[in-house]
Amino acid sequence: MKGYNFAYLDEQTKRMLRRTLLKAVAIPGHQIPFGAREMPLPYGWGTGGIQVTAAVLGRADTLKVIDQGADDTTNAVSIRRFFARTAGVATTTRTASATIIQTRHRIPETTLTEAQIIVYQVPQPEPLYQLEPSRTETRRMHALADYGAMHVRLYEQVARYGQIAISYDYPVMVNGRHLMAPSPIPAFDNPKMHRMRALQLFGAGREKRIYAVPPYTAVVSLDFEDHPFRASRAAHVCALCGDRASYLDEVVTDDRGGRMFICSDTDHCASRRESAP
Amino acid sequence: MAYVAVKGGERAIDAAHAWLAAARRGDGAIVELQTAQIREQLGRAVDRVMAEGSLYDPELAALAIKQSQGDLIEAGFLLRAFRTTLPRLAATLPLDTATMRLTRRISAIFKDLPGGQVLGPTYDYTHRLLDFALLENAPVAPAPQAEAIAGPTPRVADILGHEGLLEADARSEDEPFDLTRAPLAFPAGRDARLQGLARGDEGFLLGLGYSTQRGYGNNHPFVGELRAGEVDVEIVPAELGFAVCIGTVTLTECQMVNQFAGSKTEPAQFTRGYGLAFGHADRRAMAMALVDRALRAEELGEARTAPAQDPQFVLSTCDNVEATGFVEHLKLPHYVDFQSELETIRRLRATAERTQAASLPEAAP
Ligand SMILES: [Zn+2]
Repeated sequence: MKGYNFAYLDEQTKRMLRRTLLKAVAIPGHQIPFGAREMPLPYGWGTGGIQVTAAVLGRADTLKVIDQGADDTTNAVSIRRFFARTAGVATTTRTASATIIQTRHRIPETTLTEAQIIVYQVPQPEPLYQLEPSRTETRRMHALADYGAMHVRLYEQVARYGQIAISYDYPVMVNGRHLMAPSPIPAFDNPKMHRMRALQLFGAGREKRIYAVPPYTAVVSLDFEDHPFRASRAAHVCALCGDRASYLDEVVTDDRGGRMFICSDTDHCASRRESAP
Repeated sequence: MAYVAVKGGERAIDAAHAWLAAARRGDGAIVELQTAQIREQLGRAVDRVMAEGSLYDPELAALAIKQSQGDLIEAGFLLRAFRTTLPRLAATLPLDTATMRLTRRISAIFKDLPGGQVLGPTYDYTHRLLDFALLENAPVAPAPQAEAIAGPTPRVADILGHEGLLEADARSEDEPFDLTRAPLAFPAGRDARLQGLARGDEGFLLGLGYSTQRGYGNNHPFVGELRAGEVDVEIVPAELGFAVCIGTVTLTECQMVNQFAGSKTEPAQFTRGYGLAFGHADRRAMAMALVDRALRAEELGEARTAPAQDPQFVLSTCDNVEATGFVEHLKLPHYVDFQSELETIRRLRATAERTQAASLPEAAP
């Protein structure tokens, strides 16, 4: 785009971001502060993910952007356009064809490969913030791997509800060392992070933190032996493609309790319908 | 399949932008607003946008106000997003506000002082009656002109400082922290705190400053001095080795004189809070000074009990571009998260029902 550098950010800023990313990859799950820039999109719309994508994007890359699993949600459209405009890169809705996937709130159903990078938009990178608002204190807790408070929180839910009741942004231990917020993906997606072949990068613009999970790293959802983690989904079948295992959106069809369930991952659903006999 | 066919986000966005542009223009029979009119006639709005946008450029601030239909937070955001793309050519010397060409200068703690009290173009003593004459666009009579202030107009801080009654300015040759380049970390130095407050939301600063007056971290403030006017901006180009003036900025500066502190070894001294804002902005500068002083609680050995005294609370919350983004992002789709919550709550209810059914007494035979 005229008057702006490739992928909007200047090269100095990209170098700063890449240094941060290298640190993040070196310490899986550890939040690295960075000098987040003010982007021309609002905080909360994915400014952290956009900066990370801008830092790793090359001219030969093919970019896919999803929000809620879908390529056609307005904010996904807007971010995809931003990069098409400022970087002129190829874009795709096909998970398998993308080299970089920027996402908000989902991990694609298609298994990712070593040739791919997934960039998560993160609203709140601190997994302990609901237990301890002071960042000085949470930094200390991470340094000492002092995560007892989080286990107590899960235990309280078991005591009250008979089970762990966290539905999304379900805390994970990365590489057996750092407690990490997986971003607000449904807990259903957590197992996909474990030993994922693709590089996972996380950008939180407003909170000015970047973190990462290198390929094949252990990512374990917190649980108890007698209350093991469960990845749950609506117990229905996709009304469009018939998938019984994908994560489903519940679509309200009338005001009398009418419902239909369809795949949240639009590319997954479309591919299944195309390849159906 | 109307519920599922959500394709067309792109067309919806284009249509929304076109509608927005038409709504911004309003009734085409009314003459279009010129940015020069905003710059000249809505100066206080321009000043606020420059402060919160952290960019001193009245022309661009006026453009941002026009583009945002007068939504000043949106305007500040536009200015910031532009600012972040600008190259950094030089750092200025610290501004010397003692040499300010004053349009306003008042002290609440001395009846008179060298250079005198100057009300300037203030609303302070206007009676807040709607002036229907402004509906008529009647010509405005020229304001009377006084002689320029002769002699120096030392800052009240310097006057009290001579007696040692007021703590001195902290001196530092260090490069100041820049939170637009580096992430804020806590504990934050005063330079970082002042920078954060200087571009913080005026309403938030006002509320926090007010909260200290209502007992949430009171620090017994007096307005030592409030001054506004033009100050020269100087840089020292490496190839010249001496200072050259590259322009002027209009500023409002507030020196708050606060509760004294002392110890067995240190004689009692008044402490200070400091506020500085682009343009004419008494409210912003004064609120900032109250909050700056409140944030010094720990440094001055005071109990930290109130929100205004908590640096992380204040600095992580005062930025209205961040705040509006995160509050408003709630209107983005969250249906995947909500779906997971629906599943959880249905599961919890099913479990509870099963437990309840199991614990019911056996029906009598
Ligand atoms: Zn499907």
